Amino acid sequence: MIPIDLIQKTAETLMDKAAIEIPDDYLEGLKAAASVEDGDLSSFVLQAMLENYKAAKEDRRAMCGDTGTPRWYVKMGNETQIEGGPVALEAALRRATANATNGVPLRPNRVHPLWRTDHDNNVGIGAPEIEYGYEPGGEWIDLITVHKGGLFGTDYRMLFPSDGIQGIKRFFLDSLVAFGKRGLACQPAIIGIGLGGCKDTCMVLGKRAACLRTVGDRNTDPRIAELELEFTELGNSIGMGAMGFVGKSMVIDTHIEVGYCHTGGMQMSVHAFCLSSRRAVARVYADGRVEHRTDPEWFTDYQRRETVEWEMPASHEKSA
Amino acid sequence: MGNARKPREIRLSTTPTAQALAELRLGDIVYLDGLMYTAREGVYMRALEDKANIPMELPSQSAANFHCSPAARINPDGSFEMGAVTATASFRFAKWLPEWLAKSGAKLVIGKGGMSSKDYKSYFVPNGAIYLSTVGYGTGALLGRGVENVEAVHWNEELGLAQAMWVIRCNRMGPFIVASDLDGNCLFERENERISKNLHKAYEGTRPATLKRFGETDDKSDELIG
Repeated sequence: MIPIDLIQKTAETLMDKAAIEIPDDYLEGLKAAASVEDGDLSSFVLQAMLENYKAAKEDRRAMCGDTGTPRWYVKMGNETQIEGGPVALEAALRRATANATNGVPLRPNRVHPLWRTDHDNNVGIGAPEIEYGYEPGGEWIDLITVHKGGLFGTDYRMLFPSDGIQGIKRFFLDSLVAFGKRGLACQPAIIGIGLGGCKDTCMVLGKRAACLRTVGDRNTDPRIAELELEFTELGNSIGMGAMGFVGKSMVIDTHIEVGYCHTGGMQMSVHAFCLSSRRAVARVYADGRVEHRTDPEWFTDYQRRETVEWEMPASHEKSA
Repeated sequence: MGNARKPREIRLSTTPTAQALAELRLGDIVYLDGLMYTAREGVYMRALEDKANIPMELPSQSAANFHCSPAARINPDGSFEMGAVTATASFRFAKWLPEWLAKSGAKLVIGKGGMSSKDYKSYFVPNGAIYLSTVGYGTGALLGRGVENVEAVHWNEELGLAQAMWVIRCNRMGPFIVASDLDGNCLFERENERISKNLHKAYEGTRPATLKRFGETDDKSDELIG
């Protein structure tokens, strides 16, 4: 049984870390981009961002004033039990979100879509989102918070098999060019692409691809992995950089996730996880141990399973 | 950093003289000193549509309108805690800006993404105003360091923390980029034009979608901000 107080306390720490500390994988990716950027203004912007991450950590203040829309991805081992059950868990995550909004402070971004009611705590109807995943074996809970920012850079389109890879590339470029102008997408970004599923799951896949995989991580399907590399190169060949200035840093990495779709279609979504790629992760065990990390490790073989039944490969027992 | 050249850096008052503004060039980096206020759709609607009295002396106290909602809180004792500040996209406020510039006398509009040269020429230039863009986007922590003091928060009860009018004393707050000049030239459009020339190369070998969408443009030099 995992103590609920420990979950709430850990969640509050994660809110703070996500808002303030840029994850190392993204930081290294941005440094690499900055080292080759030769556009005058783009280069200035990247250097300013690198200074900004440092300032945020030194001062313990949020790295960006738009602290995004905090949400939770929760994953549990199959044997996990939470003190108070799932309702207590959701209450703890909502409390942590509200407390950290006031504590860090974060910007109270969440309002009612019509009446614009603001509780000043990032909690309201459907907010924060809490999504779940499960893994075979283990008694632990992974708390992952993502504070994805931005109203721009995300799009969906129904493509068809006849559109092919060329059609996918076209929509990828269209999204980058359209939202990259004036830097609305806050690039360079981690681009997540969802392919297949249904319309809603396609969006979910793309968002998770952007937010729940680290820079340098490759899809386990080697042909998809190749596409990821190709798309990153393509995005960086547009001639556009940070803030839409002349340059060559649009994409820090591309992640593609797929889901089986209707035989007639090829749904595609594009998501840009911005210059403030905020995510923080901790695993909480029943014995009270808390292990912090920045890699959500969401897309395991189990999450990407293709078959009816699942048999755990012996080599994966430990990591699950 | 490849072979990039460093842009020019300038300190500017939030109540700038016409001469100081005239000396700015597109792409200059600016750091601000003086009072600045946040105002976005909530403030515009309240001041312009509901005709509420603006709770500060404009533009004598400040001629700098920041399109921003800070990451901040009001403490129980009434003091303020401001962490990071970052701009929000300005094009959405074009509806109110002509009237606002005339009424507030703002000379500096600070935000994300700029406006179109049409906007600049039609109501920035006649009001002697220019646009400064934040950098990144998202140098929220650096900008936060430039906040010497939060002087006041107006209309917090009516509009909420995010839409309230925050009055900030800046001390070398920045960096910002000069995105329009007194002639109404637009930095982002200049960059777009340069990029558009070569876009066809990246698109080579791709194909337009089988299923079209209403209102779709396929002119890559177009922008979506209208």
